[in-house]
This record gives sequence, C-alpha cells and structure tokens, in this order.
Amino acid sequence: MIWVIALAVWTTLLVGARLAMSRDLFRVVVGLALISSGIVLMLFSSGRVSSAEPAVIAAGEKVLPATAANPLPQALVLTAIVIGFALICFAFILVVRVVRDAETDDAEDLRYAEPAPTHAVEPPASPEGCDPRHPLDEPRTGGHP
Amino acid sequence: MTVPMSMLITSPIFVPLLTAVLATLAYRRPALQRAISFTGILALLACAVALVQFAIEGRPMAVSFGGWEAPFGIEFSVDRLGAIMVLLTALMGLAALVFQIGDPETSPAGEPSKPFVLPLLHGMLVGVGGAFVTADLFNMYVWFEVMLIGVLGLFAAGSRLDQLEAAFKYFVLNVAGTLLLVVAVGAVYAVTGQLNFTALSEAAAFLSPGMALLLLASLGVAFLVKAGAFPLFAWLPAAYHTLPGPVLALVAGLLTKVGVYALLRVFGDVFAPAPEAALGLALEALGWIAAATMLTGVLGAAYHWDMRRILGFHIISQIGYMLLGIALGTEAGNGGTLFYTAHHIIVKANLFFIAAIAWRMTGSYDLRKIGGLANARPLLAIVFAIPALSLVGIPPLSGFWAKLIVLRETLALGHVAWTVVALVVSFLTLYSMMKIWMEAFWKPHPDPSHPLEARGLAPAWCVTIGLALITVLIGLFPDTLAGYCLAAAAEIGGAR
Repeated sequence: MIWVIALAVWTTLLVGARLAMSRDLFRVVVGLALISSGIVLMLFSSGRVSSAEPAVIAAGEKVLPATAANPLPQALVLTAIVIGFALICFAFILVVRVVRDAETDDAEDLRYAEPAPTHAVEPPASPEGCDPRHPLDEPRTGGHP
Repeated sequence: MTVPMSMLITSPIFVPLLTAVLATLAYRRPALQRAISFTGILALLACAVALVQFAIEGRPMAVSFGGWEAPFGIEFSVDRLGAIMVLLTALMGLAALVFQIGDPETSPAGEPSKPFVLPLLHGMLVGVGGAFVTADLFNMYVWFEVMLIGVLGLFAAGSRLDQLEAAFKYFVLNVAGTLLLVVAVGAVYAVTGQLNFTALSEAAAFLSPGMALLLLASLGVAFLVKAGAFPLFAWLPAAYHTLPGPVLALVAGLLTKVGVYALLRVFGDVFAPAPEAALGLALEALGWIAAATMLTGVLGAAYHWDMRRILGFHIISQIGYMLLGIALGTEAGNGGTLFYTAHHIIVKANLFFIAAIAWRMTGSYDLRKIGGLANARPLLAIVFAIPALSLVGIPPLSGFWAKLIVLRETLALGHVAWTVVALVVSFLTLYSMMKIWMEAFWKPHPDPSHPLEARGLAPAWCVTIGLALITVLIGLFPDTLAGYCLAAAAEIGGAR
C-alpha cells in the first residue's frame, strides 16, 4: 500500500511541477494545487498506513483500540486541505483579475511591478500608473483605472 | 489562576482575531473601524507587555487545547524569545495604525477609504502572533498560512495592476515555501512521531546524524524561503514595493523576521540536541548562506534608485546578519540574533515610514525625481539620519551594538571570512544610505516649483520620531535589551 501511495505522490508532484513551471498563469495555479495534493498525500502517509479501522473511541472507553488507524495525520491532512483550498480559490480569482486587467496570461509579459531593464546600469522607472497616486498628481493621464 | 494565564497566552492570536472580525463588521463606518483597530492594538500591546513581564519573572507560560495535554494536543508556550517578538509585533502594529491616519493611499481624503485594509492588517497580525506563541510545528505552518493570506489580501486591496502582479508572484513563491514546510513537517512526524517542540527536542538527541541532517535541511530551506535568504528571496523584491506606505513598513518590519524566528527556534532550541555532526554541518551551511544573503542583498540595493526597492533589498541584506548569529550555534550568537532582530524591526519599519513621508512631500519614491528635503524639512533629515546610521552600524546607535554582539562572537569562533563579508556589507550599506541622503535630502528638487509640503503629517511625525527615539534609547542603554536577549538565548538553550 505504501508503495502505491509513494507512486501516487511522485506522479502528482511531477505533473504539478511541470504545470507550475509553465508561463501560463492559470496552469501555474493548477500546478500548485496538484503539488499541494501530492504533499497532502505524503503528509497522510507520514503516520504510516497500517489500518483502515476508523479512529473512534468506543462509548465508555478512554483510549483508542490499538488496531485503529492513526488519527493525527488525518487531522493534519484535513487542516492542510482546507488551507490549500482557500489559497487556491483566492489564487484563481487573482489570476482572473490579473488576466482581465493586464490582457495577457503570459507570466513573461507581466512587467508592471518589475519592469524590464532598458539600460545596462540604470534601473527602469515604474511604468505609468504603477506608482501610488500622489494627491498633487491628479488628474492623472493614462495609466490603469 | 489558570484561566487568566491561558487567556493571556492566547492573546497574541485572540485579540487581533477579534479586532479583525469587529473591524470587518464595521466596514461601512471608517471612524468606528479605526476606533476598533486602535482598541485592539492597544489591548495587544498591554497583553504583550504583561507577557514580557511574566517571562522576565520566569513564570511558566504554557497552555494545551482540547483537553489533550502536550505532547498530544497543540500547545502554546511563551518564553522570553516569544514574548519580546509579540511585543515588537504590537508596537509595530500600533506604529502602522497611527501612521495610516491621513495616509493618502489607504485612507484618501474625500474618497471612500479602503474598507478592508485594517481588518486584513489585523488578520496578518493573527498569523504573526500565532507563529510566536505556538509550540507545535504543524501549528506553526498554519500561522504562516494565516500570515500569507492576510498579506495577499493587503496586496490585492489596492487593485492596481502592479499590486495584483506582485500578489501573484508573492503567492506562487511563498506557497512553494509553505508546501516545502508541509513536506518538512511530514518528514519530522514520520521520523520522530512528534510535533510538539519539547517532545521533538527530546527525540532529536536519538536521531541518526543522516536523518537529523535531512530534517534540519528540509525545515531550514522552508524557513529560509520565508526569511528571504539567498537564493530564495526572489518574492521579496518582486512584490514589497507595491504596498502602500504604512502597510509596507509593517510587512517589511515583521514578516521576514517570523522566518528568522522560526529558524532560531528550530536550530537554536528544538533541534539543538540533535547529533553534533548533523547540526554542525547545517549551521556551517547556514553561515555561508548568511554571508551570501548579506552580500546579494546589499548589491541589489546598490543598483536601485527607488527608495522602497533600496530598503527592500536592505531587508535581505540584514536578514543575513540575523542568520549569521543563528549559524554560530552558541548562546551569544542566538542572543545576538534576537538583539539584531529587535533593533532591525524598529529601524527598518522607521526607514519605510520616512520614505513614505518623503513620498508625500516630494511626490515620488524614485530618487531621480525628488530632492530638496534637507532644506525644506531639516527635522526629517535628522529623523532619517538616526535609523539610517543605525542600519549601517554607527555607534552609539542600536545597530552598532547589534553588529558588535554578532561579529564579536563570529570572530571569537574564528569565522574570519564571515566577519569580513559582514564588515564589507556595512560599508556598502553606508553607500546606499548616502545615496538616499544625497538624492532625496541634499540635492534640490528637480522641479523647483514643487511645493515640498504635505497635509496631515502630524501622526506620521509622531511615529517616526517615536521610533527614532527608541533606536537612540537602545543605543544609549544597550544593556537592558542585550541582557534580556542573552537571557532569552540561555533559556532556549542551544549552546554547543
């Protein structure tokens, strides 16, 4: 069983890494989601895969039966899944917004926060509309809404 | 007795969380929202002072949750190290909130203010506070994620295109870091069967050297991403400069230092009993990483002309000094790191606050487009000089003592190469601060008709002068803080 999980972890990680290294913003997020799933599976197996018996303490008992599954990895995995899900949802909305505003989904073309150098020594100035709007500057021409 | 104490220990999470919720509910009423924010941060500050006081008195402060005693349940525990970090968090939060009054970016006059900046700011503080008080490795990962989502919200709240881009890059690179952390936590649990710090540190002594090195390396790399160390800092210069002034100062002051704290906790406390062969090798590697971090950070700063980018790269450079203290693996080294961190949080946040004032008066953060501040506002020049010279390490300011403690210990242990790098980097830091001084303060403004005035700067002045005073006070009376830091280092142990 542990080898099947190991194979699943590696497959998911490799597919995820392949997607995460893409220049397409959407694929990057899908890739990270896959890597995150692979890691969650790894976290699950960190408590050893031994028993399929639910980790429930029977009524009147104080301790788990020795044959029960390890409950701690299950708690960790649930936490990791919830957190990962929230972050990935946020990231998808962020990507939709970036693609809509920048009109590109190519990471190489995202040059607003980090403009491409134009000179060997002098760093480039911020693109128009990408600096905080100073109260004295308005009304501002051009730039993004 | 136990009830108030457990309330106090959870206060670094509970107080900002409650504040964030209430501030969110009050999003339609900016005045009420601000009042809630201030109440919350002052309550946090009061709790932090009490925590530090109890830590000095040596009261044991630990609480477990859900009826499961440690090491089975999640435990929070506060020692001197955690307490002072919480105090710095509360102090910086207060500074940022005061500075935010009248900030034209986050609360513009005559326009609807951004309703979710304050709740997100408190949400971020929940994560920071949680990371400082938890005594559970997996729980620490959770707090890193809370921090991450709070900062992402703060990036996206401005909704300028460069901010959205920054949020995306920050998200991708930091999530890669936290995923590494989950792998490391999984590996630690798989090998030791423990996640509680105390239990882990008992188990660490029985690890084989190879396994200990594997765990130390995986945890180390994950936290180095969070700390912004060489060569894993790409997310920091890609994103930080897009944040609005007061938020930037808070984020820049606190977040990378949580990574440093985590490294100090893991290398200097939890895994300090690990086999010497493994720990020694890991610390040696950390020392070279620290040297490379100092150097690359300061060189990046030398290239840039935007004040926010220059100061951003200086965060990376200064992280190197803090890592150097951890890499020494001695009590004095750990104490030096804590002193350096405390000094750095105050100084770095203050420099960003001053840059924000300069922006409000001159109209730009780009040094090529501004100038004339020394003539227009001599006081600002003096207030800038204090943290700038402290960052360089000029006596008698706080940075001098921080560097002295760390470098004296480095030399005493015979690491000449690291000391030389640290001293060269100090000179290059001076170069960057001179550049800001010459361009922003000394030379006349390129546009002679620019008024060099800004309205509503009173809160901003209070913050910068107050923080500069703290820097001077630490510089004049370094014994108080140094004594506390060395006691904190002795308390976590970790001396080889």
